[in-house]
Amino acid sequence: MNLVLLVWNYLKAKPLNTALNIVLLSLGIAVIIVLLLFNKQLEEKISENARGIDLVVGAKGSPLQLILCNIFHIDFPTGNINLKEAEQIARHRLVKNAIPLALGDSYEAYRIIGTDQRYAELYKVEVEQGSWFAKELDVVIGANVEVMTKLKLNDEFASAHGLTSGGHAHDEHKFVVKGILKRSNTVLDNLILTSIESVWHVHDLHTEEDHQHHERDTTFIASSLVPSVAAGDSTKEITSLLIQYRSPMGAIQLPRFVNQQSSMQAASPAFETARLFSILGVGVDILMAFAYVLIFISALSIFIALYNSLKERRYDLAIMRSMGATRLKLVVTILSEGVLLTLLGSIIGILLGHGVLVIMTAFVAETQKAGISGIVFYNEEWIILAGSLLLGVLCALIPAWQAYRTDISKVLAGN
Amino acid sequence: MVTIKNLSFAYGNSKGIHFPDFKIDKGEHCLLLGESGSGKTTLLHILGGLLRGYSGSVEVAGTELSSLSETALDHFRGKHMGFVFQRNHLISALTVEKNLIMAPYLAELPIKPQHVEDVLESLGIGEKKHSKVTELSQGQAQRVAIARAVLNNPPVILADEPTSALDDKSCAQVIDLLIQQANAHQATLLVATHDQRLKDKIGKQISLHG
Repeated sequence: MNLVLLVWNYLKAKPLNTALNIVLLSLGIAVIIVLLLFNKQLEEKISENARGIDLVVGAKGSPLQLILCNIFHIDFPTGNINLKEAEQIARHRLVKNAIPLALGDSYEAYRIIGTDQRYAELYKVEVEQGSWFAKELDVVIGANVEVMTKLKLNDEFASAHGLTSGGHAHDEHKFVVKGILKRSNTVLDNLILTSIESVWHVHDLHTEEDHQHHERDTTFIASSLVPSVAAGDSTKEITSLLIQYRSPMGAIQLPRFVNQQSSMQAASPAFETARLFSILGVGVDILMAFAYVLIFISALSIFIALYNSLKERRYDLAIMRSMGATRLKLVVTILSEGVLLTLLGSIIGILLGHGVLVIMTAFVAETQKAGISGIVFYNEEWIILAGSLLLGVLCALIPAWQAYRTDISKVLAGN
Repeated sequence: MVTIKNLSFAYGNSKGIHFPDFKIDKGEHCLLLGESGSGKTTLLHILGGLLRGYSGSVEVAGTELSSLSETALDHFRGKHMGFVFQRNHLISALTVEKNLIMAPYLAELPIKPQHVEDVLESLGIGEKKHSKVTELSQGQAQRVAIARAVLNNPPVILADEPTSALDDKSCAQVIDLLIQQANAHQATLLVATHDQRLKDKIGKQISLHG
């Protein structure tokens, strides 16, 4: 017999009450845990993916879309920019590094990005198997792409037009897998990298086809989802330019320079992701508030349960005193009961939160792609645990004080 | 073992109760008789250290109770006294065995499971060890209470109306067991009651008149 066992027996004697209190608290905690894990990991991924990129230059449109498309590869391009114009920006004295991206095709919904080796260096990702692409139509695939599409080295595949699966297939040109990238938990895991020329190569022929399409099928060409390459135009086009500043002065001068002096637009990943988070933040705040309401209700419920059971247990407590229990021991017993309840509630809540995320990542492909995991633990969870223990003490404080003040002789005589 | 001198007690502003002086030796048993309201329970609670704020002297097992602090009195009670009350004195959330184990646990004495079993056997309720206390009859519950009272081998056993709620048969069994257990543990037994059925069970009797 010890304190925990005694308290546990008391809780077990009222299974429904105990279960209700634990369920209420654990639900609140679980919501907080899910939000915490989701938010933290999303923020980490976003800052990881935007790391080292100071500015994105692309076609005019929504700046958020430009960022979502060219850094996170989840939105569609705003359009194309003229290579000649892009080169002018790249030559600017405040630009240290400018990496071109050419988007357009995909394979099983994994984007094929025309770029160069510097793009992978930006994320410090190396080729794990095989080698970097050398010839046109050679590709290097991300770690997730390898797992999900089961492509192997030297496999050939035809890309599909557009950035979602089910587009028109470029059957005439087969890409060849020459390398597989090391897993980095960045956006590169979900990409297929090739040279810009490969993208042009596929699309140059394609534009000739497009002309035939043009006569037959105007809606396909007009689709803003599909960046088109102008036929017969010697000026090549790319989708965007990722820029690193040479000095902080770049942050002041370059965006204005791009936005005013050219037909392109510049968007800052830091600014746009902050804006995105402030938009998402409203939803997160509402969910958080909901979680706190749940926790408040569970605290109230625990308090009422302890208070009521104390009334029934006045005689028990007096008997315990008659057997030699000190007043302090009774106080500790009642406090332990509150703490045990909230401890169980928070442990179950934390497990539940992680469990929900594990299940979610198993069934929702998007969360997998985003690299969100349920088996990640943050220090904030200790704070939640400690906070809920404190909550247990608080709920039990008044009942414990009453137990302390109980006049044992009166209780025993009155029965 | 128990000595009181000049003892009186007053609840709030009411007229106090004065108790006759008496002395009970080690191993001696005594019946506290009186109608309800005569102060039997008050006296028993004072002797048990459950009620303080009296005037006069109460000495139990060589210790003047008023000299102890509240916490020291709790410890003293746990080690030197066993209580049997009229009813509802078992903790309903616990099994019979765990109820008994509470006695050494709360008194901070070593817990001996074999001893628990022996005491239960000697009271004829060995097979109820794992029962819930809510499944016991009044007579059985009272036996468990006796078991708990004697478990720590206290020198003094205080019983407050231990038989009033019982029928004649259980009454005789319970008082016999109480006396038998007190003798076996060489304890002083003090029974406060108005139950006339107990009158010829214990020789020494003190009558209280409120």
